[in-house]
Amino acid sequence: MEFNSNKSIYLQICDAICEQILSGTLGPHERIPSVREYGAEIGVNPNTVMRSYEKLTNEGVIYNRRGIGYFISADAKEVVLEALRKDFMENELPAILKRMKLLGLDICKVMENN
Amino acid sequence: MITIKDLGFAYGEKVVLKNISMTLEEGRIYGLLGENGVGKTTLLTLLCGLKRPQAGSIDTDGLKPFDRQPSLLSDQYYLSDEVPAMNMKAEEYAKNYGKFWENFDLGKFHEVMAVFENDPQQKMTHMSFGQLKKTYISFALACNTKHLYMDEPTNGLDIPSKSQFRKAVTKYTREDSIILISTHQVRDLENIIDPIIILDRQDVLLNATLEEISQKLYFDYSSEKIEDALYCEMIPGGNIQVCLNQSGEDSKVNIEALFNTVHQHKELIKGIFNK
Repeated sequence: MEFNSNKSIYLQICDAICEQILSGTLGPHERIPSVREYGAEIGVNPNTVMRSYEKLTNEGVIYNRRGIGYFISADAKEVVLEALRKDFMENELPAILKRMKLLGLDICKVMENN
Repeated sequence: MITIKDLGFAYGEKVVLKNISMTLEEGRIYGLLGENGVGKTTLLTLLCGLKRPQAGSIDTDGLKPFDRQPSLLSDQYYLSDEVPAMNMKAEEYAKNYGKFWENFDLGKFHEVMAVFENDPQQKMTHMSFGQLKKTYISFALACNTKHLYMDEPTNGLDIPSKSQFRKAVTKYTREDSIILISTHQVRDLENIIDPIIILDRQDVLLNATLEEISQKLYFDYSSEKIEDALYCEMIPGGNIQVCLNQSGEDSKVNIEALFNTVHQHKELIKGIFNK
């Protein structure tokens, strides 16, 4: 897995799993690799993967069946989409708008041309 | 658990370790960092019982390593920086010497050798330095010990072997193991070592998990200058700046920048992390 330089690894692992949920690669109730399996696969400390799994569990994206493993929640896709929409509105969009202002681009004209 | 208390060691007049205290917990892969000559190798050899502490103590699950009890020796492995080329095939070496470790697994030795694309039928005296190193790493992992100490394991490894090493260390070690890896090649071991221990001349500057580090320090990679940054280094496309984490936002810990920050602000860092 390629990591970019400025986001913490455990969050990047969360993102990668969420991407797979959105693209449908991981479906509801599908089992995901154990913390150690996943760590070995991507060359990351298992404790880091554990942190990612804990975060996703708290957010309701995955769930843990004790002694069996971690699974994708039934409504994982909606949960992920909702979180990404919120992030887009709160963070990404303001950044885009700020950049457009800096470049002197008018939002209405950009919309017309696309 | 390993408890090191007020440990001291000197070579003749030259004091290397003094008043070193720390605890090492199960299920962790510690990265031991420090400048040349601060005593990383000395600490490792004390931990595995090759040297006797001159002051203070080391307690490994209730035993003293220097007593060299067979029960502890057969459950620990020390991979030194320089490894000897024996006049035998790698597989013969594994078969002959594996007997000393009660959990040794020859199948695992072959598995890790295959991961490294290393030929177990090759004579060790005919191997390159990197191949020899990979043979010993395979052996170390095949010993299945609870305690594993490795001194600069990625020295001499070629480019593909470094990522294979990272994967092998996660895949082929026990869940309850305490692994301590000393290194200068922090990029080779990035994402693998956590917690980070920074050893200084006669002092432990830091012993913290990446989670703790990212709670207390913020690593900024933007091009905007931060006024009260503790450390700043220019990189292509911007800066790496390290400052106190006041917003609670999470960032990626850059271990080289962390090392330099800690060295420039020793007392401040010790103060923040000992709270």
